Amino acid sequence: MNPVNYLYLAALLFTIGATGVLIRRNAIVVFMCIELMLNACNLTFVAFSRMHGNLDGQIIAFFTMVVAAAEVVVGLAIIVSLFRSRHSASVDDASLMKL
Amino acid sequence: MSASAVHSLWTTAATAAEPISKINAPKIEYGQLSPTLIVIGAAVIGVLVEAFVPRKSRYYAQVFVAVVALAAAFAAVVALAAGGYGTTKAHIAAMGAIAVDGPSLFLQGTILLAGILGVFTFAERRLDPEAHGNRVDSFAAQAASVPGSDSEKAAVKAGFTTTEVFPLLLFAISGMLVFPSANDLLTLFIALEVFSLPLYLLCAVARRKRLMSQEAAVKYFLLGAFASAFTLFGIALLYGYAGSVSYATIAHVVDGTVTNVDPALAGTMGNDVLLLIGMALIVMGLLFKVGAVPFHMWTPDVYQGAPTPVTGFMAAATKVAAFGALLRLLYVVLPGLRWDWRPVMWAVAIVTMLGGAIVAITQTDIKRLLAYSSIAHAGFILAGVIATSPDGVSSVLFYLAAYSFVTIGAFAVVTLVRDAGGEATHLSKWAGLGRRSPLVAAVFAVFLLSFAGIPLTSGFAGKFAVFKAAAEGGAGVLVVVGVLSSAIAAFFYIRVIVLMFFSEPKPEGPTVAVPSPLTTTAIAVGVAVTLVLGVAPQYFLNLASQAGVFVR
Repeated sequence: MNPVNYLYLAALLFTIGATGVLIRRNAIVVFMCIELMLNACNLTFVAFSRMHGNLDGQIIAFFTMVVAAAEVVVGLAIIVSLFRSRHSASVDDASLMKL
Repeated sequence: MSASAVHSLWTTAATAAEPISKINAPKIEYGQLSPTLIVIGAAVIGVLVEAFVPRKSRYYAQVFVAVVALAAAFAAVVALAAGGYGTTKAHIAAMGAIAVDGPSLFLQGTILLAGILGVFTFAERRLDPEAHGNRVDSFAAQAASVPGSDSEKAAVKAGFTTTEVFPLLLFAISGMLVFPSANDLLTLFIALEVFSLPLYLLCAVARRKRLMSQEAAVKYFLLGAFASAFTLFGIALLYGYAGSVSYATIAHVVDGTVTNVDPALAGTMGNDVLLLIGMALIVMGLLFKVGAVPFHMWTPDVYQGAPTPVTGFMAAATKVAAFGALLRLLYVVLPGLRWDWRPVMWAVAIVTMLGGAIVAITQTDIKRLLAYSSIAHAGFILAGVIATSPDGVSSVLFYLAAYSFVTIGAFAVVTLVRDAGGEATHLSKWAGLGRRSPLVAAVFAVFLLSFAGIPLTSGFAGKFAVFKAAAEGGAGVLVVVGVLSSAIAAFFYIRVIVLMFFSEPKPEGPTVAVPSPLTTTAIAVGVAVTLVLGVAPQYFLNLASQAGVFVR
C-alpha cells in the first residue's frame, strides 16, 4: 500500500483532534483530543520513516510516546484538582479571570 | 541499506552475521554540557530530598541545593565562555543535538541568573503572617487538598509546605537551558516539554486564591499542550521534507546545497508544501511560548492566576528561552526562506506591539497589566528578530537580559503590597502608595520607567538597540510602529506612577510587608541591573555582540 495514504490519514486524525479541542467543553475530552493530535504526529513520523527508509522517525515516535505519558501525569493531576474543588471539569465554568 | 531490507520480516544470514561492533558508542562532551547536567542532577537530588529528609529541614535543604546548583551551573557557563566556547571554539556537541556557541552561553547565563533570583522569591517566608506558629511561603500547604476543606486546614495546622516547588523549578530551568541551544528538532521538542510541564504544575500551587491558581494552570496546560501538538506536527512535516531533524541538514535541503541526494528522499525533498506548513506550525508553537499576538490569550490569565513568584520567573525565563530557540530556528535553519517568513513575522510583530500596548490601557489589575506589557515587549523583541543581521541577534540578546531582571524585580515588588486577602493586585489599592512607603513605590517606578523605555534605564538601551537593528535591517515601518506603541505603553506605565505618588492614600488601603533579605536581594539586583545597563550599556552590548554568532 502506498505510504502516502497514511499521511492523509494522519492529517485527518490531527484535524479531528484540533477540532475537538476547539469545540468540546469537558477538560478531559479536550485533553483526549490533544492526545489524538500527538498520535497523529506519531503516525506521520512513522509513515515518513517508511518512505525515507531511515529510522529517525520511528525513534522520534518513541520520544513522543514518553512525552505524551508525562503530559498525562501532569494534565490529569491539574484537571482532577480542578474537578475536586469545583465538582465540574467544564472549561466554560473556569472563568474567574474574565476581563 | 535499502528500505526493503529494513522492513522485511526476515533477513539473510550474511547480514545477520555482521559484527555487532558496527554500532558506535556516542561521544558526549560532558564538560561542555555541564551547566545543564548540573541543574538536572540537582533537580534529581531535590526529589530525593523530598523522599528522605524530615519535613522540618526540607525547606532549608531544598533552597540550599537549588542555589548552590544554579550558582555552580552559572560558574560553568562563565568558564565555558572564558574558554572561548562562545566565539572561536563554538561547535556542535552531543552528537549534533546541542550547539555550544555564543547565543546559547549568553542565554543560559541569563536564565541561570534569573533562576537564582527566582529561587530567592520562591523561598520568601516573611510576607504572610505566621499560621499556627509556622512561617509560610507563597505556595499551598498541600496542593492536593481541596481549597477550604478540612484536609487543607489540617495541612496548614501541621505546618506543611510545598517544598516540591524547588525541584520543579530546577527541572524547568534545565529544559530552558537546552531549549535555546537545541540543534535538532527532536531536542527542541523534548526541551519544550521539559520546561513546560513543571511550569504548568507550579502555576497550580498558590497558597491564596487557590481556585484562580488552579484555573490558570488548567488554561495554561490545555493551551500549552495544544500548541506543542502543533509544533510536533510541524516537526513531523519538516522531517518528511528533509529526511532528518538535524538543523544543519534541513538548512542544506532548504538552500538546495545538499550534496548527495538519497533517492528515497527525492520524492519529498522538493515538496515546498511540507516545508512551508511545517515551518509555520513550528514557529507558531514558539510564538505561543513568547506570548505574541494572536497566540497570547493565555498570558493575562496565567500571569494573574499563578503565584506571583512563579509569574515573575516564568515571565522572565520563558521569554529568554523561547526567543533563543526562535532566533536559532529562523537564523540557522530557515535563512534560505526569509523572504517567506519575514512578511508573516512583520505582521505578527506589528499586531503584538500595538495589541499589547492598547489592551493594557484598560487593565485594572497590576498583574494583568504587567502581562499585557510583556506581550508588547514580545513585539519589540520580534522587531529585532526580523532584522536578520548580526546586530539583530546581539540586540535581542541584550534586550532579553535587560528585560528579565526588570520583570523579576517588578513581580517581586507586587508580592510586597498586601492586604487581608493576600496580595492587593487591584490598581485602585495602589493609590497613594508613594506617600505610605516611598521606597517601595520609588523602586517600582524605576521598573515601570524601564518598561516604558525612559533613558538611563536598561529598557531604553534595549529598545534603542533593537530598533536600530530593525531599521538597519530594512524594517523602518516596524520601528515607527514600535515607537508609537512605546508611546502608548508609556501612558499606562506613567499612569501607575501618578496613581502611586499623586493621589491620596485610602484609609483601608494595603500595607507593605517587610520582606526577608531574599526578596530584598532579588529586588535590589533588579534595580542595580536596570540602572547599570541603562547608564553604561556599552560593555554589555559588546558582550552581546561578541556572543551573537550562531554555529551550524
